[in-house]
Order: sequence, then structure tokens, then C-alpha cells
Amino acid sequence: MIQDELSRLRLKLIAVTLAFSFIPLLSLGLGLYAKFYDTYTEKIYGNLRNLADNKKVTIDLFLTERVAQLSNLALTESYADLSGDAYLERIFGVLQLHSKSFLDLQVIDQNGICVSYVGPYQLRGIDYSHEDWFRTVMAKGIHISDVFMGFRKYPHFNIAVSRREGDRTWVLRAAIDSDIFDSLVRTIQLGKSGDAFLLNAQHVLQTKPRFGHDMFDTVPFPDIPRFSGTRVDELSIGGEVSLYAMTWLNLKDWLLVIKDDPGEELLPLYRARWLLILLLCGGGTLIVIGAVFIANGTVRELIRAEREKATLDASLTQSSKMAALGKLAAGVAHEVNNPLAIIMEKAGWMRDLLSEEDIKASPNFQEFADAVAKIEFHVRRAKDVTHRLLGFARRMEPTQENLDVNLLLEQTRSFLENEANFRGIAFVRDYQADLPHIESDASQLQQVFLNILDNAIDAIDKNGSITIVTRKLPDTPEVEIAITDTGNGIPRETLEKIFDPFFTTKKVGEGTGLGLTISYSIIEKLGGRIKVASEEGKGTTFRITLPVSS
Amino acid sequence: MGLRVLAVDDEADFIETLVKRFTYRQIPVTAAGNGPDALALLERESFDVVILDMRMPGMDGLAVLQEIKKRHPLVEVIILTGHASVESGMQGMSLGAYDYVLKPVDFGELLEKAKKAYERKKLNESRADA
Repeated sequence: MIQDELSRLRLKLIAVTLAFSFIPLLSLGLGLYAKFYDTYTEKIYGNLRNLADNKKVTIDLFLTERVAQLSNLALTESYADLSGDAYLERIFGVLQLHSKSFLDLQVIDQNGICVSYVGPYQLRGIDYSHEDWFRTVMAKGIHISDVFMGFRKYPHFNIAVSRREGDRTWVLRAAIDSDIFDSLVRTIQLGKSGDAFLLNAQHVLQTKPRFGHDMFDTVPFPDIPRFSGTRVDELSIGGEVSLYAMTWLNLKDWLLVIKDDPGEELLPLYRARWLLILLLCGGGTLIVIGAVFIANGTVRELIRAEREKATLDASLTQSSKMAALGKLAAGVAHEVNNPLAIIMEKAGWMRDLLSEEDIKASPNFQEFADAVAKIEFHVRRAKDVTHRLLGFARRMEPTQENLDVNLLLEQTRSFLENEANFRGIAFVRDYQADLPHIESDASQLQQVFLNILDNAIDAIDKNGSITIVTRKLPDTPEVEIAITDTGNGIPRETLEKIFDPFFTTKKVGEGTGLGLTISYSIIEKLGGRIKVASEEGKGTTFRITLPVSS
Repeated sequence: MGLRVLAVDDEADFIETLVKRFTYRQIPVTAAGNGPDALALLERESFDVVILDMRMPGMDGLAVLQEIKKRHPLVEVIILTGHASVESGMQGMSLGAYDYVLKPVDFGELLEKAKKAYERKKLNESRADA
């Protein structure tokens, strides 16, 4: 019952301790991690975004410059001048002076026929009128092509601008080495598996990426509609999750993509996560151990307190029982004493009268005399009982004298020596030689010792031994006197009643059943304790503990 | 003039027998059933020894004792108590009682104490006269 309650309490204590420890620990750990995660990923995303922004500006600038050069040329030079190969060659030389990436330069009339050309191939006279780019440039005034190999077998792209001069429109077109993109994109500082490339609207690679694909491969990239600014997303491409920073170029529908390995970038974050898990596990284990430890300790304390309380209760019950019985005994004894006094006096008066001469002559004189003697004898017996009862009840102040327990025991024992010898009972004495003297009442103690030794002799009846041990208790300022007999022992159910008044196992008239009751109250008044332990058939031990000083 | 005894107890049977036994031994004895009666008797006659029961209804033995000692300091008092408490005996002695006897009384013992008390009274009286 109480065991159940305690184990429930133990579990409750553990649960509450765990709850109140884990909730703050977890919220702190997870909160910090979440904050760190947010900040860290924001920083990584920000870095990637900046990188993409910068590259986009550079590439856009490059394209803008090339377009501006061609536009300036078309606006400042006339068709008549440029359609001459020699003049065009001089202009091309000026262009190349400015930018090595120009590969060739050609002028195309409004019919799409190349009228003049400077470059490594013979393109004059080629008809471009059916090409898409030609129609676009005629309509919009500018066209930038995707990167292609062409018959140059070398990756390049074209920029074409048109100019309206009088009633005719002509086109100035230049091929530009696309290596510049590769080098621009390659210079991006990336980790081990990072990459950067340009994609056209059809997901065809415009530069050579570091890994996986070749130039002009179509990359399985999701359709990204044109947007302004830069976006950083975590995308899964070809089963591989990576961070992608994407931005559309201004002048051309090319997508600049910077790819980064999240594993590499987020490594510190993963480390932090593992550290967190490790700390949580460690902390959790400590908390669990602590909670169990605390709960066990508390429950142990409770059990101890409960036991102490039970012992105290038992001794209090015994004390109050004794006090109540004492009052009752005193009351009864007093009430009985008055009638006894009258009987005594009446008997005495009869004895007085029996000495008269005429009664002495009566034939029944002897009978009267015997009857009176018997009455007086039994009144005295009754008086003994009531006086002992009152003795048990009375509150006599014990005297305080410095006494040697060993000596007192020895004196008391000597009173019983003859009786013991006669019955074949030996005394075994184990006195501690340096037993401290105690402050107590010698005559009352002697009464107790005598009573217990007397009982021991009665318990043995014939042939046996009585062991008397005195010891100073190691932990408390008390001495202990243990008196052990080799008698029949006391049954368990009797043991509880042994100190009760009028409880006796002796024959009627032999014992009053008050000896141990009085012993108990004496020892208690002297500030000591008396305890009994018995094993049936083996013997009984009385242990008396007395304080060294009261 | 010999010993004159005043016996005070509320137990009529007891006091009656006590009177008979003292009288049988030619010792003049007067009985009183309670404290005020005893005090009144002491005013009228002179006694040497008062045998006084402690527990009586109304005025109890201790109060009677105090009153006797106040009015007749030379009269000796023997306390009779059914309460075998040394304490109440001691209390009585401290209030000036000569001795105390526990009930049930051994008459011989009581007589002995009464005689001794009478001797002491005589002694005290002679001292007072001198």
C-alpha cells in the first residue's frame, strides 16, 4: 500500500523533474539551433546572391560595351565607307585594338547579302536573308545570338546592329569569342563541387561547366520564367540537391547559374547540429540520472522518516498506555485501600476482643483466632498489591547519584547467588572494565535489576546460565546492560504484553504481574529504555539502555 | 495526664473501630467525621495527637492540617493516607505533620507513632515553658 504510494511518488518526482528540465533544455537547444540555422543559411544565400549579382553585372557590362561599340560604329560610319573591304579592315583593326574578343566584322545590305567582310573566312556574297537573326535585327535593330560553333569550329556568338541610312537599312555584324564568358564564369571562387555556367532559354549550356556536362549540352533544368534580380533556391537536379543562385542577364535571355554544394557550405551547420544532438543527449542523460538520483534519495528519506515515525509512535503508544494505566491503578488502589483499612481494623478489633477471658473459654476460640489471623494475612496481601500499584503510579523524583553500574549489578547478583547455586544456575559476567559511571538512582535501578534477574532464574527453573553484559554504546553517551537467560523464552504473542500491568505467567499468589511494569516505568523515568528479545526454547534477553548523565 | 487522641476520617466504620480499639487500650479518643468538626472540637477540648485522613469530602486533610498548625501549633498530627504517595506524605510533613501512615493501617504501628508524637509534644511543651 505505502510501497505503491512511494513508487508512484518516485515516478511522479522523476517525471516532474524530467519535464521541468527537458522543456527548457530542448527549447533552448532547438531555439538556438533554429536561430543559428536561419542566420547561417541567410549568410550563405546572401553570399551566393552577391556573387551572382556581381557576375551578372560584369557579363552585362561586357555585352553592353560590345553592342555599344558596334552601334557607335554603325552610327558614325556610312554604308558607303564600310562596304569597302579596305576601310572595314581599318575599322576592324581599331576595334581589335580595343577588344581582342572581336573575331570578324561584316557589313550586310538590306537584302541580306554580305557586302564586305574582314576576318579569317571568305563570307562576302553570302545571303543571310533567310536567317532568323537577320529578320530580327532588321525589325528590332539589334540581335545577340546564342553561342555556337559555326563553321569556325570554335565557340562564339554574333552581335548584329542595323542602321537606317536614307531609304535603306544595312546591318553591321561581328562575331565575338565566347571564351570570355568561360573565363568570367570560371573566376568565380567556389568550393570543391561548386559550379557556374550560362544557360540559354532552352537550357543549352553557353559555357563549359566544371563538372558533368559539356558545352551545348542541354541541362535538365526546370523552366525558370524570366524574373528580375537574383534568386537563390535549393533545387534537386539529376537526383542531386544543390543550392542554385540564378539571375537573368539584361541584354540576352541567358540565365547565369551559380551552383553550390549545400553539404560543403552547410558543413559548419551540420557540425553545429551534431554538437547540439551530442549536448542534448549528454545533458539528457545527466538529467535522467539526476532525476532518478533525486527521486530515489527523496523516497529513501521518506521511508526513513516513516520508519522513525512508526518507532516513535510505538514508543509513544507504550508511554501513554503506561501513563493511563498508572492513573487507573492509582485510582483503583486508593478506592480499595479504604475498605481494606476498615476490614483490617475490624479484624484487629476482633483480635483485641479475643483476648477477653470469657471468649477464650469458648469452644470455638481457636477457630475464631485462626479466622482473624487469615483475614489479617489476606488483607496484608491485598495491601501489598495496592501499595505496589501505587508505587508504580506514584511520581517519585528519582535521586541523582554517581554510580558504577558494574558494582550495582554485582551487588544485586549477590542477593540471588544462593538461590542460583541451589538451582544449578551459573552467572556469566562480561562487564566492560572502563564502563563510565552514570548519574542515576541506585535503589530504583537495583529494583529493576533484581526483578529481571529474578525473572531470569524463574525462566530457567533448573540448570542454565544467566549472562550479564555491560557496554558503553559507541555512538551515544549511553551504557547498555544486557541480561540473557537460557530459559524457555517467551512466545511472540506474550512478548507484546510483557510490560502490561497484572500480566503474569506465574501461579496465582506467586507474582503480582507488576514487576516488569514497574521496571519499565522506572527506566523510563530515569531517561533510559528497556527492550526485550526472545526466542522460544532458546532464552530471553533484556536490554536496558541508560544515559551516562541525565 | 495521658495521651488524648482526636481521630478524623469520613469513613464512619473505620473511625468507629479505631475509637473502640483506642478505648480498649484506655486511651481517650474522640472521633470527628470531617475537618470543620475536628477544628471545632480542637477549640473546645485539648488533644495531644490528631490522626488525620488526607482525603475527605469538603475540607481535605491538607487544609485541616494547615488550620490546626496555625491555631494549635503544639498539637501533633499523624497523616493517614490511602494514597500511598510519598509525595503527599512529604507535603504533609513539610506542613508540620509528625508522620504519615498508609492505609490499610497496622494498628500497632499507628499506636507506636501516636505515642512517639505525644512524647515529642511533651518535649516541645517543656521547651516552650522553659
